[in-house]
Amino acid sequence: MALKHIENETRLQLETVLPVHFFSRRLPLGRPSILVNRTSSMRPELSSPSSSPWLHWFAVLTAVATLVLLGAGGLVTSHGVGMAVPDWPNTYGYNMFFFPVSRWVGGIFYEHSHRLLASGVGLMTAVLALWLYGKSSQPFLRWTGLVLLGAAAATWLAAPRHWRDGVVLAVVGAFAFGASWLWPGFEPSPKWLRRLGLAAFIAVVLQGVLGGLRVVLFKDQLGIFHATLAQLFFALTCALALFTSRWWQRGRNPESEIRISSLPLRRLRFLFAGATLLILCQLVLGATMRHQHAGLAIADFPLAYGKLWPAMDPQSVAHYNQHRVEVVDVNPITAFQVGLQMVHRLAALLILGMVGCCAWSARRHFGRATVSSRLAAVWLGVLLLQALLGAATIWTNKAADVATAHVLIGALALALGTVLSLVSCREVAAVAGFESVSDPSGIGPSPVRSGGEGSPLPAGWKPSATTHPAPATGLD
Amino acid sequence: MIKTTALFSAAVVLASLQLVSAGEITGTVTLKGTPPKEKEITPLKEDANCGKLHTEMPTTHFYVVGPQGELADVVVSVQGISGKSTGASAPAVTLDQKGCEYTPQILAVQTDQKIEIKNSDPVLHNVHDLPTVAGNQEQNMAQMPGGPQLTFSFSKPEEFLKFKCDVHPWMFAWVSVFDHPCFAVSGKDGTFKITNVPAGKYTLRAAHRKAGVATQEIEVKDGEPAKVNFAVEAK
Repeated sequence: MALKHIENETRLQLETVLPVHFFSRRLPLGRPSILVNRTSSMRPELSSPSSSPWLHWFAVLTAVATLVLLGAGGLVTSHGVGMAVPDWPNTYGYNMFFFPVSRWVGGIFYEHSHRLLASGVGLMTAVLALWLYGKSSQPFLRWTGLVLLGAAAATWLAAPRHWRDGVVLAVVGAFAFGASWLWPGFEPSPKWLRRLGLAAFIAVVLQGVLGGLRVVLFKDQLGIFHATLAQLFFALTCALALFTSRWWQRGRNPESEIRISSLPLRRLRFLFAGATLLILCQLVLGATMRHQHAGLAIADFPLAYGKLWPAMDPQSVAHYNQHRVEVVDVNPITAFQVGLQMVHRLAALLILGMVGCCAWSARRHFGRATVSSRLAAVWLGVLLLQALLGAATIWTNKAADVATAHVLIGALALALGTVLSLVSCREVAAVAGFESVSDPSGIGPSPVRSGGEGSPLPAGWKPSATTHPAPATGLD
Repeated sequence: MIKTTALFSAAVVLASLQLVSAGEITGTVTLKGTPPKEKEITPLKEDANCGKLHTEMPTTHFYVVGPQGELADVVVSVQGISGKSTGASAPAVTLDQKGCEYTPQILAVQTDQKIEIKNSDPVLHNVHDLPTVAGNQEQNMAQMPGGPQLTFSFSKPEEFLKFKCDVHPWMFAWVSVFDHPCFAVSGKDGTFKITNVPAGKYTLRAAHRKAGVATQEIEVKDGEPAKVNFAVEAK
């Protein structure tokens, strides 16, 4: 029997169910069967940069570079060398790009490498943001290039001692000016995506300023904001990679899919988002702990000073400090720090529980083969690894590489949660029952999975039609 | 001529009277109990430049304890005296960076007394002080090998003000700042000596950065040295 296609904004007339395996992977029996139809694989037109695979891969590269940068930053804090370079934006008086390699010694190596990597990520983010603006970036690039070249010339003339600064300005100016002539003539991406790219650029600039101010103002507390914004920025780059992916773009074809509303899916997106928010709070806790520079407030695990809950009275804390021998982080520990670590441990348990629940719910409702289920399973795996790394951080007395790996996997967990939340919100938006006339965001329905072979819909499942769901991400 | 001589004699007598009316406090600090084992400073030995400066594995020295329990690096100070600093005219104290370690690790100075930081190493250090008392300035300055000495001074009293090198994160020193001259740091034999203490009753405070604090009441009499022994316990 043939399936009747439904035009936009009409009600689906469900006539029959075709064998699901013609259109999707083999699914376990017993799962709710959902009608799937894919007329043809429509390749997205290359009319806007957001549909370009090159843009997507560049966005992925930017996310990967950001993760590497996070690792470099983590190493700086883990080694306690955040102030190894006392000035900013210069490095010991040099333009940072001209600091001699022979002087990259001790903590300077970590801090200086971090700054150079940050410059690279900043540049990549700028390119990404401009790319999203399509051909409208051309005049901006051209004028910026000219201004920078002019600034370079002015520097050489007015301050010959600072010729290196002039060289940097000239290189960036030439790059921008040259790129403006070669810039592809794409139409700009949807407004919400352009704004997201701009937000990423502003965030990376703010990150750089925060890092610099932390050094010149001697404000250790700024390190906590710097670390938190780094994690958020990484999640943002992952979101950009998702939005520019072909998988996300594929749903634009209004004739491609028919969706079934699903209450569990609506609930699941809140679970994903809630767990992600909890992970963010945990990351802030972790950043606060790391920037106390007091080493391990509790030196044993899974117990805490030999107990389930450690003593935190002044005499006990004085006893802990008496017997602590630290090589790098020599600040005395306080009751507050002991409490903070206990909250961090408890939050880890809570997060594991929530994410486990997410993974189980996703698998139960949608089967193993859906994107959400697979990602949720990976998410759980990442968090189990994170818990192990947290324990290893204590067992190795906060070895720098282990502690930094703990930071990196934490960032990955946040990014995965963000991606899952976006995917689930999008799938809800594509589900019937949402009243939406247009799809200005370009977010369309995405492929449906799950369902047993030939099995009828279970009781309570209502087929309904939607082809232009409201933007669920609220990015407009 | 006679007037000048008379004035001079009076000044000498007054100065002598001050010396005669000042007392001296001596004593020993010992550690009871077993201190925690010192740790090897592995990152120092593994550092390409600093590692060459040590033939043996360097260790931390938070507890410098003699064979009879004599405890070094205890800052002993007289409580109840303030605003009597002579730091501005006192000789400068030297803090050296040798073998990528600060020497000495524990110092005591008066407010406005100069601390001269020396770099005896063939590597760059940066000297970063981290005061916690408002009014004492935080600074972070690079010091090239064999470069000129850096001078620090602090205007507010503070206990165990930390100095560190951010290039070599295992390097620490602590400086206690007092607004009077009545303090001392115990040596390797655990002994200390505080001179020119005005006669009177005081509380004597012995503070070790890790082992904690002990206090004793003391009476200083003119011309009579007072002896006080402290026993600090590592519980």
